[in-house]
Amino acid sequence: MYEFKYHRATSARQAANLLVKADDAKLLAGGHTLLPTMKQRLASPANIIDLGKVAELKGIEIKGKTIVIGAMTTHAEVANSAAVQAHLPGLAALAEGIGDPQVRHKGTIGGSVANNDPSADYPAGLVALGATIVTNKRKIAADDFFQGMFATALGEGEMIVKIIFPIASRFAYAKFPNPASRYALVGVAVARKGASVRVAVTGAGENGVFRWADAEKALGAKFSAKSVEALKASAKGLNGDMHASADYRAHLIGVMAKRAVMAATAK
Amino acid sequence: MATVSMTVNGKAVSGNVEPRTLLVQFLRENLRLTGTHVGCDTSQCGACVVHVDGKAVKSCTLLALSCDGSDVVTIEGLAHDGKLHPMQEAFREHHGLQCGYCTPGMIMSAIDIVNRKGNALDEHTIREELEGNICRCTGYHNIVKAVEAGAAAMGGKAMPMAAE
Ligand code: FES
Ligand code: FES
Repeated sequence: MYEFKYHRATSARQAANLLVKADDAKLLAGGHTLLPTMKQRLASPANIIDLGKVAELKGIEIKGKTIVIGAMTTHAEVANSAAVQAHLPGLAALAEGIGDPQVRHKGTIGGSVANNDPSADYPAGLVALGATIVTNKRKIAADDFFQGMFATALGEGEMIVKIIFPIASRFAYAKFPNPASRYALVGVAVARKGASVRVAVTGAGENGVFRWADAEKALGAKFSAKSVEALKASAKGLNGDMHASADYRAHLIGVMAKRAVMAATAK
Repeated sequence: MATVSMTVNGKAVSGNVEPRTLLVQFLRENLRLTGTHVGCDTSQCGACVVHVDGKAVKSCTLLALSCDGSDVVTIEGLAHDGKLHPMQEAFREHHGLQCGYCTPGMIMSAIDIVNRKGNALDEHTIREELEGNICRCTGYHNIVKAVEAGAAAMGGKAMPMAAE
């Protein structure tokens, strides 16, 4: 790891100020992507702003028909939250499936969303649920937030403060993990809220998370696993690599969509 | 250089570190607590697992400075008055190790599983929960048995004897 200057933020506002003022600065959330990347010398920020002690960025609360989760809330906290388990059990299950127990103790929802790894789980959950990302400057709809591989709508000096999840009547996420890395080879999230159905796919697309319109239409007509059975996802624009070809990923999208719907409709 | 202070195995410690110093380096190189190991560069193997503020974490993926003010427990903090912790004793009894490289991390993770899931652990739960700990030697079979017995022993129940 190359040298850097360390700043321990005490409030969100102070962190945001530092982010603008300090040259080549990066926010350190759980650190479970950034630190391994720095250890491999693939990243070498000059300044690190540690958000670990910023209490106001942590926490989960129910607000009306939404669940609001602070950016520095860990995957373990989301997975074990009674509120999330009661109102969006599929989101608790998604968080419980990230990494391993030690990673879940440190990795945060804000860190994962800001990084927008094309194989990460949260982007699919946010897009399917139609979540809103609240930054220190504005609110951004999940559909507009994720903009390709590791690319997001976040601008200079902008940081995620919290994420607002509308409570859907049905929501589940199913993934086929890469056997070695455990990242999603393909992950599909489905959400139904009133008459609207949204289906989001992670791990498969060349540009990261995307919505699967055909499945949304079919499930909108009838929300059951049968509705997606006959569908075939197109392999166009999908990743092909040593782990799986684009065709195989396309096939997995159908399988994971079906599993997600089954989980969402179970009881 | 910056000063970092924390509690390690019940003792207040502090030291001067570079910002890029990882918690595992601080433990091993500054404090000479070399029971915590490093087995990978990718946060996957779990040889470095310690408890920070009561939770199992990978000390290779934390800056020492981020742990300022924290309460840290390493493998060296488990045995008391020459008596092994029940989980350590279970690994010994059930032959849950061969080379021993992964063992400190395995034991710290195992205790964390008990803290979160209780004393009655089934094989499936143990295997799922050990996802972040890799062992190159044992094939996991005896590790799983050791964790099950150690968990029961931590609850005060008599440890079942090793099979064989
Ligand atoms: S050394 Fe920490 S996970 Fe491998
Ligand atoms: S006993 Fe050798 S790595 Fe586990």
